[in-house]
Amino acid sequence: MSILTSLQLLPLFGALVIGALPASNAKLVKQVALGFSLLVTLASVVMALSFDRDNSALQFTEVRTWISAFNINYAVGIDGMALVLILMTTILVPIVFLAGWNESENGRWNVKVFYILLLILETMMIGVFAATDVFLFYVIFEAMLLPVYFLIGGYGSGERAAAAMKFLLYSLFGGLLMLAAVIGLYIISTNQGGATFDITRLSELTIDSATQNWLFLGFFIAFAIKAPLWPFHTWLPTAAKSATAGTSTLLLGVLDKVGTYGMIRFCMSFFPDATRTFTPAIITLAVISILYGAFLAIGQKDINSLIAFTSISHFGFITLGIFALTSQSLTGAIFYMVNHGFSTAALFLTAGWMIKRRGSSQIADFGGLQRVAPVLAWSFFLAGMSALALPGLSSFVSEFLVLLGSYAKYPVAAILGTLGIILAALYVLLAVQRAIHGETPASSAGISDLNLREKIAIAPVIAVLVFLGFYPKPALEVINPTTQTIMINAGVSDPVAKVAK
Amino acid sequence: MLTAPKLDYALLAPILIILGAALIGVLIEAFVKQAWRARLQLVIALGAIVISFEQLFRVRNQGSSIAAVTSVAIDGVGIFLQGAILIFAFLGILVIADQDNFAPQASALPGSVEEAAAIQAGKQQTEVFPLTLFAVAGMMLFPVATDFITLFVALEVLSLPLYLMAGLSRRRRLLSQEAALKYFLLGAYSSAFFLFGAALLYGYSGTLSLNGLTDAIRGSGGNDVFLLLGIVFLSVGLLFKVGAVPFHSWTPDVYQGAPTPITGFMAAATKAAAFGATLRIFYLGLDAAQTSWKPFIAVIAVITMLVGSIAAISQRDMKRMLAFSSIAHAGFILTAIVSLNKSALSASLFYLFAYGVATIGAFAIVTLVRDSAGEVSDVNRWIGLGKKSPLVASVFSLFLLSFAGIPLTSGFVGKFSIFSAAYESGNIYLVVAGVLSSAIAVFFYLRVILMLFFADATNDSVSVVIPSVLTRISISISALLTVVLGIAPSLVFNIAQNFAYFLR
Repeated sequence: MSILTSLQLLPLFGALVIGALPASNAKLVKQVALGFSLLVTLASVVMALSFDRDNSALQFTEVRTWISAFNINYAVGIDGMALVLILMTTILVPIVFLAGWNESENGRWNVKVFYILLLILETMMIGVFAATDVFLFYVIFEAMLLPVYFLIGGYGSGERAAAAMKFLLYSLFGGLLMLAAVIGLYIISTNQGGATFDITRLSELTIDSATQNWLFLGFFIAFAIKAPLWPFHTWLPTAAKSATAGTSTLLLGVLDKVGTYGMIRFCMSFFPDATRTFTPAIITLAVISILYGAFLAIGQKDINSLIAFTSISHFGFITLGIFALTSQSLTGAIFYMVNHGFSTAALFLTAGWMIKRRGSSQIADFGGLQRVAPVLAWSFFLAGMSALALPGLSSFVSEFLVLLGSYAKYPVAAILGTLGIILAALYVLLAVQRAIHGETPASSAGISDLNLREKIAIAPVIAVLVFLGFYPKPALEVINPTTQTIMINAGVSDPVAKVAK
Repeated sequence: MLTAPKLDYALLAPILIILGAALIGVLIEAFVKQAWRARLQLVIALGAIVISFEQLFRVRNQGSSIAAVTSVAIDGVGIFLQGAILIFAFLGILVIADQDNFAPQASALPGSVEEAAAIQAGKQQTEVFPLTLFAVAGMMLFPVATDFITLFVALEVLSLPLYLMAGLSRRRRLLSQEAALKYFLLGAYSSAFFLFGAALLYGYSGTLSLNGLTDAIRGSGGNDVFLLLGIVFLSVGLLFKVGAVPFHSWTPDVYQGAPTPITGFMAAATKAAAFGATLRIFYLGLDAAQTSWKPFIAVIAVITMLVGSIAAISQRDMKRMLAFSSIAHAGFILTAIVSLNKSALSASLFYLFAYGVATIGAFAIVTLVRDSAGEVSDVNRWIGLGKKSPLVASVFSLFLLSFAGIPLTSGFVGKFSIFSAAYESGNIYLVVAGVLSSAIAVFFYLRVILMLFFADATNDSVSVVIPSVLTRISISISALLTVVLGIAPSLVFNIAQNFAYFLR
């Protein structure tokens, strides 16, 4: 049994254990959940240490027959990209548990259900990045919507039921399009001699370009809804507004990455011709996302909606980096996926604490927070800085790589994207100024600062942001071989700088 | 001198056992006193099903295209579907045994003194057991019949008891009787169409057997007006039984009016039987003329999927909603007929099984949700049920997720296999239509789940009654199968694949 399988089974086992605990003892449930998530973190770190960085092939692979009639396998394995995303997931989950220690108590159901759903979700989040069988990927891709649906609808606030429904409908619609494309790929592989769902073998098929285009669109729209890219984004702000801070963190930080991950893993390696055909259109959508998300973020009055729109802007950057298809931009995009996870976590968690203490999510209701709750205020400030990609924080490195890499091929897009950075400064600084500087209104005077548990939760997030900001090498070294493989699969090479004669 | 026809009794035994038990059931009605009947009938019915299934299992690897001269062919598809129908009957009868759903005395006028007296006396209409068994026997014969007379007889044997049982609901009896009458009249029309189609095909080919028909088509090129008219009329009869648009209008009314346990059983088992016969007729009898009927059936499949999914959205009654959902499912299975390949055959076998099991479970749960006046099928009154009885609401959601085709449920595997067979046959537009209508259908399934779990109850008169042991067993088995077939579909899919063959 591969370590990847054990990594997936561990949280599932945790969910079973929690299921057997008495519901009345909420504290024990939380401790057990945290314990299991920390074990998973530990196991994933052990796995990362034994990962061979120079090897660009899939590692820790395991293949077992699942549905023999269709040659469907339980097949897992990871490369550098999947590794960093899994690590991000397993680090974020205990942080989310710790940060939202009490957010499970105001739900429709008891505390047990909350942690069971989260641990099942963790199993699936690991599985979705580890799957090397398209059918397995698809199953997890769809099934993982349900825990999120129940987490938003059962433990969220405000219009939670409607938000949960909207989220699920959008995602399922995309998923069904993808199902048609998955079936198409499968039948093509059958016709070409070997029915298979194996990622590597599927990328070796020869598909005529018209079919490629349709299948590409099937996959891409599903991922664009997930990521979310303009104009498929409308579910995100409502979901982020209603979900608990922890759910939002995992939703935007991890689940949405499946979209961009899928673009790289499936769209590009299965359909290289179609990728080239659609690249201009997708780059355009990406740039629109960057600017649209940023502009709308400026106008948001609700903190959670603000974070949601900044994320739409950031996903624009990631998509730009992916489809610009230079090794710099692609590495940058993959690295961006990780940084965005941590940066969003910092934003949602600090914002969640602010909202809980003040009882309102309107930015206008805050003010002068740094006077009454300095640690909270400065954590929020740092989170904001990482969102605007301040040099010295990891998001700067990735944003810089993306823009640098895409400038070589798409200068206009890169320049317009740079505009997004300026807008980012605007929306972050405006929000920071309104929330933590200035006079402290009487209503905010009673806000308490972070307690020890919350400090422990936020510390690793900030540490990662700062550490990778100054020393991104470990992450980039892991990502680089993957980037090279993807570029070779997609049949592109870096543009060579024109030399002046 | 007249020679007796040669019958292969071992192969026919599963049907004969059920028929025999049904006859014994009738005798019990005549000779055993009231107090004992219900229990005795239940034991005999379940026992007969088990024995019949055992016999079926014993002959599973045999097969003969001349089990009863040229009238019955016991082959893979037939054996699989007979097994499925027996399983549905078993699960269905467990729910039917809860006599609380049936009129105490069907002959008493609704609301009359006579009816009140019957309720007072605790009377029970235990005839439902033999009636169910007769229907089961007809259902088992329908998919294995290979000539038009046998097909017609089987069709009538399976339909007549259902017409009767549809009118037996204990509450809202007028609605139930209206449903029964509607079902009977429309069913009679469709039988007439079927018979007329068979007559035209006889006129065309000079034979009543499916094999003879194939030979005739091969011989004449398959573009004869009698043939085409015959196919159309025959299809109308069959499409009526499977509930395909535009011959579906009876479905919501009958599903709503019939006693819920009967609805569940009927939805699952009739569909399996009718699709079994349809598959045999089109795969075996008419495949040589496929260019003439394929476009016609393809159009029907597409509109059935779309109309079923779209119309379900506006339903406010749970049983009507499930009825439209069953119409949409009929559309999905019809794509398998258009695909006309082996993958489609095994896919539709799996689909029929998975859908049937989930349907019986879902309708069994509908019987549990009640207020003082009886069953509550108004969707709006289900709001907040997840709070009152989380387990029942969760299991019902599971069935809905399976209908919606969400991964890790049996419905997803069914949908996947049927779509991939359609893609394989080159009918990509069917896949697109199927995917689109699935997307529409997801909406109303999820809306129900949303109502169950995320909304607060507005009134407290609705409650979930504690299910009887038998109903509980039925629901548990259905739920278990739905999950297991989602996670490990190979258990049944490999069987479906091995049994996906016809004998000529």
